Amino acid sequence: MKFSQLEKNCGKPTDGFSDQCTLALLGNCATQHMAVAIKGYAYEEGIAMQVFDADYNQIDAQTMDDNSELYAFSPDFTLFYISSEKLYEDFCATPDQDRKNFAEAKIAQILGYWKLVRKHYRTHILQLSFIEADDRVFGNFGSKTQDSFIYQIRKLNLLLMEQSQICNDVFVIDLAYLRSAMGDREFRDEKLYYIAKMPISVHALPEVARQVVTVIKSIRGKIKKCVIVDLDNTLWGGVIGDDGLENIQIGELGLGHAFSEFQMWLRELRKRGIILAVCSKNEESTAKEPFLKHPEMILRLEDISMFVANWEDKASNIKMIQSTLNIGMDSIIFLDDNPFERNLVKGMIPDITVPDLPEDPSLYLRHLKSMNLFETASYSDADKARTRQYQEEIGREELQKQFTSFEAYLESLEMKAEVKPFDKFHFSRIAQLTQRSNQFNLRTIRYTEEEIRRIAEDDAHITMYFTLRDRFGDYGLISVVILDKLDDKKLFISEWLMSCRVLKRGMEEFIVDNIMRIAGEQGYMTVKSEYIRTPKNNMVSDIYKRMGFEETGDGLYEGHVERYIPHKTYIVRGPN
Amino acid sequence: MSREEILERVSEVLSEIFDNPGLVIGEETTAADVEGWDSLRHITVIEEIEDAFDIRFSMKEVNGMKNIGEMIDIIEASI
Repeated sequence: MKFSQLEKNCGKPTDGFSDQCTLALLGNCATQHMAVAIKGYAYEEGIAMQVFDADYNQIDAQTMDDNSELYAFSPDFTLFYISSEKLYEDFCATPDQDRKNFAEAKIAQILGYWKLVRKHYRTHILQLSFIEADDRVFGNFGSKTQDSFIYQIRKLNLLLMEQSQICNDVFVIDLAYLRSAMGDREFRDEKLYYIAKMPISVHALPEVARQVVTVIKSIRGKIKKCVIVDLDNTLWGGVIGDDGLENIQIGELGLGHAFSEFQMWLRELRKRGIILAVCSKNEESTAKEPFLKHPEMILRLEDISMFVANWEDKASNIKMIQSTLNIGMDSIIFLDDNPFERNLVKGMIPDITVPDLPEDPSLYLRHLKSMNLFETASYSDADKARTRQYQEEIGREELQKQFTSFEAYLESLEMKAEVKPFDKFHFSRIAQLTQRSNQFNLRTIRYTEEEIRRIAEDDAHITMYFTLRDRFGDYGLISVVILDKLDDKKLFISEWLMSCRVLKRGMEEFIVDNIMRIAGEQGYMTVKSEYIRTPKNNMVSDIYKRMGFEETGDGLYEGHVERYIPHKTYIVRGPN
Repeated sequence: MSREEILERVSEVLSEIFDNPGLVIGEETTAADVEGWDSLRHITVIEEIEDAFDIRFSMKEVNGMKNIGEMIDIIEASI
């Protein structure tokens, strides 16, 4: 993507865009081009972004003045860009005896900005990290003294990472990584800095903008959840059906090292919560052989949530995998070395992401890493358990086939659910669900962990989370409900989402039954609710009606505690 | 590449940047003659011309060029 293209995007109409957001850019250098690049990149991603670009070096003025333009704008995202070039000037002006504390002093200043912003409005803070451009005054010895700029700037990056781990509303955009990946000559254009005070080259700005927009998208729930991989010449070198178990290239054999490292990377993704699935044109038994018997395979069958090997076309198989896993097609990535298969899948399934893998397998990883496909805004223990959960799900489907009636099947599952108010152990998981859930989500409001904590502690709300387990395993926390107290007789369901993995087994009914039970116990008469349509949540468009609520307006419903009839479910309430 | 060919290529690049297919430029044309060519857009022009001819202007050149003719002088000397 070229900067001039992004510049043109800024003039195009965004009338049809459903995604909108506001962003303020505050920098201690010239940021006009960065603002243009970010807005233009947001356009590429279908987001209508309104940008406030503070004037040159106005961070102090904008954050310290209660009547500043920044506070009048109060954007969804507040991006701070403090350039290392300017930091270096500050460093040089710092008395020798204070230089050892330069990083600490700077992080304190940055924390001060964050604090001021938070005091005035609710926002996600995006902070660019600091490029590690050294002056080479100490040469390589710079590592051995705290008086060097390189020591202080690296320390500052570390302090920034640590602070972002503490502050849930802060997201670091790693400019330092980007510069090292792109190379300094590409990333910077010194003449532009001296002439126009632009520390980042026009060539690199689209890439910076892409990182910013990807992080924004991930905060808003647009993330990748699943990688579907081909096998022959993708996961290993050679063709298992032709070459046989001994001759496929993996591990020490031939080009095997490249494939081993690729598998290792996929396994790391799995550990971080990405679902892995296999889609291969093969006999199933042949395709599974390396996973079971090859001593140097890194991926094993337990890493794979769904294994599909047959002779059907790949587009149909991918659609089948998608519907079984019950996730959006736009959250899936398909990896295949064969351009024919890739084009077929791209053509048949427009929403899926299909990277054009380079011909040389040694370049697979470089290409995929440069695409930065796996941005996320949260990470919790639930991510680590995801693969096992999907495998349990597939076990349940096998069982379902043996039952004559669906009710008999549900009964056999021995389902148990917990209903609890939000607690601090689950703030992170709850926030994550609000960010990830798109389909079973009545109002699609995204919350940060910090916001969830505030709601939990606020007496104006009743909060509930639901867990579910059955004889096959534990789903963990699968549904979140927030009730707003409108007055002493009325509640409003301001948040209800549920994981689609537990759909259609009575959980929806169980949840609404419990909302009404708790409302009744606390003396409320009416429970109001709302459905806000998005491109993805059609599946719940009539759920309140189905649950027995009355429609009172467009997307508005009402349930009455006295008239409400609880549903028959096969879920037992209690501690798990 | 002859001077005329360079001018033609520069003209293409500028028409593309300023979204103006009918843009006519000559050696005497300055930024002030082209609608939208302000100091911000000048950065884009520099980048696009650098890319189009695979050259890098120096700081002095960026600061010093007064019109298209002078830009072509630098391009001619660099390629």
